[in-house]
Amino acid sequence: MHLEPLLISTDVLIIGSGAAGMYAAIEASRDGAQVLLADRSLIGRGGATVMAQMTVAVALGEETPDDPQYHYANTIAAGRGLCDDKLAQLLCEDAPECIREMDYWGVGWARKDGHITATTAPGHDRPRCVYVDFLNTGPAVSKTLRTAMARNPNIRKAGDLCVVDLIVSDGECTGAVAYHLGTGAPVLIAAKATVLATGGLTRLYARNSASTNMAGDGYALALRAGATLIDMEFVQFFPIGHLAPRLVGMDPIMWDPFRYKLGGQLLNGRMEEFTARYGSDEDGKYVLTRDLATYAITKEVEAGRDSPHGGAYLSFQHCTETQLRDAFGPVIDRLAANGIDLTKTPVEVAPIAHYHMGGVKADVTMASDVPGLFVAGEVVGGANGANRLSGNAVTEALVFGRRAGRSAAERCRRVPVPALRAQDTKAALDLINDEGADGSPANTAAAIADLQAVMTKDVGPFRTAATLNRALSGLAAITAEHGDHPAGEHGSFDMRRLDWFDMRNMLTVAHVVTQCALNRIESRGAHQREDFPQMSPQWQVRQRVALHDGKLAISTEPAAAKALAS
Amino acid sequence: MSAQGQKATLKIRRGAAGETTRFETYDVPFEHGQSVLDGLRWLRINKDPSIAVRYSCINANACKECMIQVDGETVYACTARLEPREMTLAPLPNKKLIRDLVTEIAPPSERFK
Repeated sequence: MHLEPLLISTDVLIIGSGAAGMYAAIEASRDGAQVLLADRSLIGRGGATVMAQMTVAVALGEETPDDPQYHYANTIAAGRGLCDDKLAQLLCEDAPECIREMDYWGVGWARKDGHITATTAPGHDRPRCVYVDFLNTGPAVSKTLRTAMARNPNIRKAGDLCVVDLIVSDGECTGAVAYHLGTGAPVLIAAKATVLATGGLTRLYARNSASTNMAGDGYALALRAGATLIDMEFVQFFPIGHLAPRLVGMDPIMWDPFRYKLGGQLLNGRMEEFTARYGSDEDGKYVLTRDLATYAITKEVEAGRDSPHGGAYLSFQHCTETQLRDAFGPVIDRLAANGIDLTKTPVEVAPIAHYHMGGVKADVTMASDVPGLFVAGEVVGGANGANRLSGNAVTEALVFGRRAGRSAAERCRRVPVPALRAQDTKAALDLINDEGADGSPANTAAAIADLQAVMTKDVGPFRTAATLNRALSGLAAITAEHGDHPAGEHGSFDMRRLDWFDMRNMLTVAHVVTQCALNRIESRGAHQREDFPQMSPQWQVRQRVALHDGKLAISTEPAAAKALAS
Repeated sequence: MSAQGQKATLKIRRGAAGETTRFETYDVPFEHGQSVLDGLRWLRINKDPSIAVRYSCINANACKECMIQVDGETVYACTARLEPREMTLAPLPNKKLIRDLVTEIAPPSERFK
């Protein structure tokens, strides 16, 4: 059965409806463009934003004097010499406006004495991180943007729309080929400008802190469309992801805000403090940066001093019930419902895949190397270098989203609605209309679990040539099983088919991450090579990845020397 | 922590809009503290990847996508606890069925049309 595609035409197509996509939609429509906001899940529900329980970095200076240049200096230092100066600068300079606009839209930033209050997150030189109580930053940001969009007739929203490939005509991006999950129907979208806001790649790892739709789709879509990826080896692991006891209805990164407010003690399996052994004495305050904390916990575990489930203990036993309730109110009840009383027992934590520093190469207008293709949010590479500073993720979603929306609308005033040519959409439409693999296809959900196991075991925060080569072999075997024909059927909500299209992207991105990690023979930020433990001045370069005739081409470019701040 | 050899039995209503729906029954290893969604994810990986269920955030109860009925009661699959007994899983009765446990839950203005 060959289904004729539905054809939609728009000024701006935005793929992904987290904070970056929604802010881009609002900004593009404000500049006069008609927008189609597409998401493979429900609008404003999936992605990373809704999961962000932590803080948002912004130099507002309401309580303590601050300036974007100080925020910038901290961002650059965290990035270990690899930040793209211009993107980092944009991130810090535009942040106050975006945060204040969110405030105007009613997000509800926590206030003290009439001022938006800020906390000091690790790596910041002063209180700079705003939040919404209690553990509600991400959901509040999502809801606020959804509500702001709801009043806007120029933003058309399309949930359950899974983009298979971008359309490229004569080197320019002219839209996307997608299918509707609910019916399986193919959809062609012609757009003057396309914004990728699909987030990162944390789903490549078994233990991760983001939604199930963060599987690197945007990187793979951009790569196949001819864009350049950079810094793909830098995956940030959040050191204190919840490990045990089993906790339902809570985000695994919930312990970070607890540490901001209450300090807390990291202890090994013998109930000893250990972070000082790795060069950082906490002294009751939360100052340990993410890469150092991940290193310290992993090394304690390797030395056999782990907690029962293979991590470290995090204790708030120094706090009274009243202190806990003052700081986290209803969250304490949710913990009690899970059988956890923090005044009596510590929890167990371990590193968890959290964020990806690398991504699509973009300039300060958020334009990729492909005319007509813009990027926003975590899918953008370079702003955070080799290690992202706490609090910069939601900030970059808002700042880059707004900028991408503006740039996309600007392009719409210059170019006509593209006429799609059959030759540019045929391959993707053929995949969508494929009758499916013969025989009994392998279990697609199990294949994803296999890929996650390879990445977790061999491409985690600590790598060696041996683990990375083993990962490349493992990925090659999974790629061979994956084949060229989609699993399942093109009917309604066939999860096997969705898994297959996800895996098509995940395999590409996993391969890129692993190959870049193998190439980089040094340790820097989130990329730690145990066989090359030192940071090397020769490697103050970015790896650029492109696809040439179906083959990966990886080259290097120097990172700005001025960024070598730590 | 794990209860040795215990299992949960999930009786799942299956089928797409326009088809005659049926129940299919699967056993899932039971571990204390797991959610119904944990059981469904285990089933997809180990028994049948075609079981359709909508979810994004897995565990945080943030996306609010995994609303289904368990034993006739509307719950989030990610916070409803798995229990070592037979549990009946069905799509929301008041929403348009898409397939298996997936229903049309998006507000009309956020649907693809």
